[in-house]
Amino acid sequence: MIFEGKIWVFGDNIDTDAIVAARYLSTYDPAELAEHLMEDIKPDFSGLVSSGDIIVAGNNFGCGSSREHAPLAIKGAGVSCVIARSFARIFFRNAINIGLPILECSDDLSHLQSGEDRLQVNLDEGLITHLQTGDAYKSAPFPPFMQEIISRGGLVEYVMLRIENEK
Amino acid sequence: MRNSNNSTMVEKILAAHADKEKVAPGDLVNARVDLALGNDITAPVAIREFMRFGLDRVFDPDKIVLVPDHFTPNKDIASAEQAAALRNFAKQYAIKNYFEVGRMGIEHALLPEQGLVWPGMVIIGADSHTCTYGALGAFSTGVGSTDLAAAMALGEAWFKVPPTMRFEYEGKLPPYVGGKDLILYTIGQIGVDGARYRAMEFVGSAVDNLSMDGRLTMANMAVEAGGKCGYIQPDEITLEYLKGRVVGDYTAVYSDQDAGYEKIYKFDVSDLEPQIAFPPSPDNVRPVSEASGIDIQQVVIGSCTNGRIEDLRLAASVIKNKRVHPEVRLLIIPATQDIYRQAMEEGLLKIFIEAEAAVSTPTCGPCLGGHMGILARGEKALATTNRNFVGRMGHPESEVYLCNPAVAAASAVTGTIVDPKEAI
Repeated sequence: MIFEGKIWVFGDNIDTDAIVAARYLSTYDPAELAEHLMEDIKPDFSGLVSSGDIIVAGNNFGCGSSREHAPLAIKGAGVSCVIARSFARIFFRNAINIGLPILECSDDLSHLQSGEDRLQVNLDEGLITHLQTGDAYKSAPFPPFMQEIISRGGLVEYVMLRIENEK
Repeated sequence: MRNSNNSTMVEKILAAHADKEKVAPGDLVNARVDLALGNDITAPVAIREFMRFGLDRVFDPDKIVLVPDHFTPNKDIASAEQAAALRNFAKQYAIKNYFEVGRMGIEHALLPEQGLVWPGMVIIGADSHTCTYGALGAFSTGVGSTDLAAAMALGEAWFKVPPTMRFEYEGKLPPYVGGKDLILYTIGQIGVDGARYRAMEFVGSAVDNLSMDGRLTMANMAVEAGGKCGYIQPDEITLEYLKGRVVGDYTAVYSDQDAGYEKIYKFDVSDLEPQIAFPPSPDNVRPVSEASGIDIQQVVIGSCTNGRIEDLRLAASVIKNKRVHPEVRLLIIPATQDIYRQAMEEGLLKIFIEAEAAVSTPTCGPCLGGHMGILARGEKALATTNRNFVGRMGHPESEVYLCNPAVAAASAVTGTIVDPKEAI
């Protein structure tokens, strides 16, 4: 899978309350949740982000609550991929499980410009390329087990296959 | 299970549930799940995903627990619909561990109290504070809704075996200092990602002397350091707590003397002050002496972190025969119906009500900014809860400070953050 898009840069420890606040958790419709994406830390974000864009973040992205509504909101906004220096563990699981592409990249991308810089992401090879400068960044590939979940489109599809095989 | 194979408690529990002799940090395992938990925010998503499997049964109806605790008693129509989804699913799939309003409690206080948790279990919950049950010697961790859906179907979950960090706390804790202060201090030392993906093992004389309630508080906030789980190995206090609650046999599991730890921290806590986490992060921790004088408009005593009977007793001992400051709202939320009843029988509710506190039926409510105590722009709250992120309890420009129940109660009286030993 290859994505290209403009980027939005966030800092370290972006928590799931920041991604989508608890007051909006009485729905789990991705499109509705997307209207409130990052609202408390970047109030205009849902109007700025567009389909195919890429979120770039620092350490521990998605820390805090287990709400799957956070990756659902990101997916609902049409974000193609999240690149972070590291992810909090429940967010990491949730993203894999719902089929939201994520990449862990130890390079510091915090100098990149929101809404201006554009990246190309090659998910299978873990390769990130800056489309304007040509700079390349590398991320660690997922273990085969997780790659299988991602390639099937998420954990539900993976489990369905197992249920089918056990019949 | 004291025969050694150089493993930590978590490694042994995961190995046993994955039918392996031994596992090592970094191994990916598929483990059997002894209990899978969901609440009124996370379970509706899990139920939607589960329905896609087309199954007419769950893997084991007795190993699923559903607790409507976050937006209950329901705050609006949308949240009522979510609670109804839980209720209907529990009925349809004969899940007996569904706890209705009036009988329920905040999940992580409720499950241990109801005898649903014991040493050696693997527990997952679609709630990040599922790590609480490590206080009873279980491996338990928070997951998402889709993980819960898969576990309800298969009775399994995938895990990466975490490296373990050991935290040793030595010394006798001063008065008004407890489990909350130990864990806040720890998070302050290592940061909100200091134990990311790690198991946190809590040991030492200060932990040995903590009550079960204090231990549950410590394990509860492991996730605030990024931890996968936090745990305390079973001892006499654990076994005493389990007596009369847990029916059936269980085997406690212990770390080997020669277990491998990624890192060992040693803290002398004999002079530890009550700890305060300043906004907007649980690792922004300072001793109460550096927080004194900060004006507060709301105080919350409750949550899965500090809404247990010992917390209420402590708060009552501090606030007895006093009045809440005229410009402060004090909200007290016993974490379960049983705790509520016990607080009534012990006369604690009378003390709170006479002090002009608002005492509520169990709910997560204000902790996550759901309902029952939302903050206006510019307001500051002091809370015994677990998170103080931007907008956590209401308006994005409101602020939350975290503390233990004694500090909360004393500060509700003075109207500013205060060390309880100075207020009494």
